[in-house]
Amino acid sequence: MSGNHGGTGHFWVQRLTAIALIPLTIWFCFSVASLPQMSHANLSAWLSSPFNATLMILVIGVGLYHGKLGLQVIAEDYIADRNKRVITIAAVTMISALFAVIGIVSVLKLSFGA
Amino acid sequence: MADFKLPANSIVKKGKTFDAPEGASRVRKFEIYRFDSSDDKNPSVDTYFIDLDNCGPMVLDALIKIKSEIDPTLSFRRSCREGICGSCAMNIDGANTLACTMAIEDVEGDIKIYPLPHQPVVKDLVSDLSNFYRQYEAIEPWMQADKEPVGGRERLQSKEDREKLDGLYECIMCACCSTSCPSYWWNSDKYLGPAALLAAYRWIVDSRDDNTEERLKALDDPFKLYRCHTIMNCATVCPKGLNPAKAIAETKKMLVQSNL
Repeated sequence: MSGNHGGTGHFWVQRLTAIALIPLTIWFCFSVASLPQMSHANLSAWLSSPFNATLMILVIGVGLYHGKLGLQVIAEDYIADRNKRVITIAAVTMISALFAVIGIVSVLKLSFGA
Repeated sequence: MADFKLPANSIVKKGKTFDAPEGASRVRKFEIYRFDSSDDKNPSVDTYFIDLDNCGPMVLDALIKIKSEIDPTLSFRRSCREGICGSCAMNIDGANTLACTMAIEDVEGDIKIYPLPHQPVVKDLVSDLSNFYRQYEAIEPWMQADKEPVGGRERLQSKEDREKLDGLYECIMCACCSTSCPSYWWNSDKYLGPAALLAAYRWIVDSRDDNTEERLKALDDPFKLYRCHTIMNCATVCPKGLNPAKAIAETKKMLVQSNL
């Protein structure tokens, strides 16, 4: 997709991630609800399945990316000053990336039984 | 930071009151925004009591009656008085519409009349639409064809292709839609707004125009096009019953298809 700077890329990926989040969120809610207890051991055992670990990484990655795209829209809508807008979007991007890395590393650690 | 209070010189004050003539039988109250950009006074709302037995049925009739018989200082634009020129676009009863096609009896309670929202006011109900017209010019609203028409005659179009322009060509550029759009209020310096985007789509889908790709490319911008968040105020207020939001959605679809 070449239109990343033009806005079409943002528009399209925001919709793709929204659609992807429908089954991912339903799976996440049902999975967490069906865990007998939210203990470290239970979560570790649940995430030791490659299927669960993969979907959990997708929930974190796709969810945070979708959230970053949404916050970017809000910043573009309401922050009139160009410099403040660019700084806000950069901060949102970096914080989202940080959370994504922390989340994914945590899933992998639990998955590999740390 | 955002301002949560109006500046002192923007606070709307109570203005003059003009009573109905003695013996008036069917009186309605009109509250009309007054402001003159050429003096330092605050805006105010003047009150006029009009006898509807001596007035035409439309809001524009009442405005013309006020100007000719009660208060000649009231300023507003009007021309065709039949919903085709778009001059008398204003905010009546809380929604943008044309004063000439809005019946007085369709307004419940007092009739409150303000200029189009979020535009600089020149005087009273006359707003400065220079930016709005510049945006229309920016989408290059004219035929751009590479080839001369066959036989030096008019450019032919099938009935099916002509039908694609229905719901688009009828726009009268009254600015009701753009000035009702919150996205346009916040970013009218960068967002083209529903009226200009409807006009852009009108040329994008015209089978006789050869610059479709260039037109789409010119709109591929986070601000020019993608500030539309499908709020739909444009379609709600359009006095011609058009749907700019749909034209914008179709433009976004075409852009996704041409980028994929």
